[in-house]
Amino acid sequence: MSKHKLTQLKALEAESIHIIREVVAEFRNPVMLYSVGKDSSVLVHLARKAFYPAPLPFPLLHVDTGFKFKEMYDFRDAFCEEIGADLIVRRNEDAIGKGMNPKEFGVARCCGALKTSGLLDALEEGGYDAAFGGARRDEEKSRAKERVFSMRDEFGQWDPKSQRPELWSIYNGRIHDGESVRVFPISNWTEMDIWSYIRDEKIPIVPLYFAKERPMIERGAMLIPYYEENKDQYLEGEEPTMVMSRFRTLGCSPCTGAVRSDATNMDEIVIEAAASRRSERETRIIDHGSNSMEDKKKEGYF
Amino acid sequence: MTKYNFELTKEIELLRLVTVGSVDDGKSTLIGRLLIDTKGAFEDQLMAVRKKKGTTQISSAAEIDLAMLTDGLSAEREQGITIDVAYRYFATPKRKFIMADCPGHEQYTRNMVTGSSTANAAIILIDARHGVLAQTKRHTHILGLLGIPHLIVAVNKMDLVDYDQGKFEAIREEMQAYCAKQGIKDLICTPMSALTGDMVTIRGDKMAWYEGNTLLETLESLSVLDDIDEKPFRMAVQLVNRPQTADLPDYRGFMGTIASGTVKVGDAISVVPSGLSSTVKEIVTFDGNLEEAFAPQSITLTLNDNIDISRGDMLVHTGESTSGEKLLSANVCWIGDEPLEKRKKYIIKHTTRQVKAVVDEVNFKRDIHSLEKEAASELAMNEIGQVTFKLQQPLNCDAYTENRGTGSFIVIDSFTNNTVGAGMVI
Repeated sequence: MSKHKLTQLKALEAESIHIIREVVAEFRNPVMLYSVGKDSSVLVHLARKAFYPAPLPFPLLHVDTGFKFKEMYDFRDAFCEEIGADLIVRRNEDAIGKGMNPKEFGVARCCGALKTSGLLDALEEGGYDAAFGGARRDEEKSRAKERVFSMRDEFGQWDPKSQRPELWSIYNGRIHDGESVRVFPISNWTEMDIWSYIRDEKIPIVPLYFAKERPMIERGAMLIPYYEENKDQYLEGEEPTMVMSRFRTLGCSPCTGAVRSDATNMDEIVIEAAASRRSERETRIIDHGSNSMEDKKKEGYF
Repeated sequence: MTKYNFELTKEIELLRLVTVGSVDDGKSTLIGRLLIDTKGAFEDQLMAVRKKKGTTQISSAAEIDLAMLTDGLSAEREQGITIDVAYRYFATPKRKFIMADCPGHEQYTRNMVTGSSTANAAIILIDARHGVLAQTKRHTHILGLLGIPHLIVAVNKMDLVDYDQGKFEAIREEMQAYCAKQGIKDLICTPMSALTGDMVTIRGDKMAWYEGNTLLETLESLSVLDDIDEKPFRMAVQLVNRPQTADLPDYRGFMGTIASGTVKVGDAISVVPSGLSSTVKEIVTFDGNLEEAFAPQSITLTLNDNIDISRGDMLVHTGESTSGEKLLSANVCWIGDEPLEKRKKYIIKHTTRQVKAVVDEVNFKRDIHSLEKEAASELAMNEIGQVTFKLQQPLNCDAYTENRGTGSFIVIDSFTNNTVGAGMVI
């Protein structure tokens, strides 16, 4: 038996660092998509490990919808300042100016305008030929089929039927002008791995992930966080009540549900994640419309 | 319910698995069974694929449409077939498993190669009613070529042959004979019913004649690592780290993933192909410098001498170099739409180095039924053969059977940029 062994988290870490370095070596102008969530926190941490003692060799790009939680903006600015990251924030100002919102226009249209178009415009504007994302294959069944290096055509779109075979740890980064690649270094991590790694490595995350008494709208089985400034986004008759709760994933505040929880620290979150019988994407309204994740990905959603 | 021991999460190992089989072998059912029984699928994901709308609790695999759980693409659901490799994750208190679920459809063999290349173990599904098929042999041959350390033959649907031991033994003998011809030694055969769970996660009471482990017991007990850390040290340089900051004006770190072996501070190191040498000054990581590092860690090395090293170079222990060859012979699985042809030019990516290559000779292709060599001038999609490439610059490779990391390469079509071949150095 071999005397040198890596634990599974350290094996995943080594694989992710290898992928991140390959992209920086083979692409002209990479960028790391930064959504401020827990997976982004892990992704940025891995990138810092990959290039230590040098600073990050690429900027972080936050495609903002204007609907993120206030705690996310505060965390984003403090975190990027602390690690000395070059943060680029891009918003689809055109759609935001026209008052785009999920309640009036529907979740699919709102996501399409603020996230997908916002992202495609930002990537084109920056001339990036590679964009890192923190998507994981265990999140959703079309993501389970995506490669680590995911090719996009000139329009940023994904063709699931003609994906390049991906062999060993040899990644083919050759593209034609105008094409680009989305790269998912944490493809093989599960939600449980993410939480365990955040705990072990003491990675900072947005405080919304920890349980606290928070004002919530109870809509069916969902807990929707209540914010005074979003009150037009709630349905008639909906009133907030205080609920001990936390978030398993973070997206836009009108479309991200919370879960009832007493987990106030990382150890408790890891235990709760292990015992959970429901997937984290269940709290994301975007996944449950007629427009599936696969359709959104084909259009350019990451 | 499987208990997850949190203190152990730091200790558990990773086993990369691949499942292959022909259409209708019950692969989706087996995967669904493993996911349900190890709690690797969430309730809301199961409820979304339940057969009857009114069902409020899922307790057995029979209540859900398991193929719907794994066939993630709309084209797959429309055509009722699995097109692409899907990756699935589950864990037991002993191990975490990454499972590449590979389609059995003949035209999608390339995805099987994709899913298998990194696997430590393979599960080959066989329908007990139909026995060993041509497709089974093709897949087994590829798995053998790819050097998967452990092959597990899952003889499924035993419930449909009245749990007949004779049927199982016949299949086992045929597979053992086939594998022996190819030099595959580590073969485990298990009878099972993925539908009922017998011999998958539970023993059940129908196959008392079988004395081996259940599938899950086998997966938990296979050895994960080969002796990769005991092989010669190999690290292909991915990047040279030169921060050029005020604190680190002259710092030069060589970044890479250790493909095999170990490296210690003070070790004498040579650069391949230049032959320049130095000694290891530091093994740098974000978590502090190390005294020793081993495969497959991703590290940064600094050296005591200022020598020329760039991406694509390989660091080895002095005296343990590989020879650089301009003629490269390899077993090749062809996965491109256009056939591999003599005199055609390609790009080969080996570790972190890319070189131009031309096909010098197709030495032979392999008939996957008889395993006999056949003369050939090209390899079509899904064909396997031995090819000699002439390289623009020499590559320093090890034999694939000795070293998966430095013995493998991909063939890239220089016009389309697609990955068209998987190469294993002889």
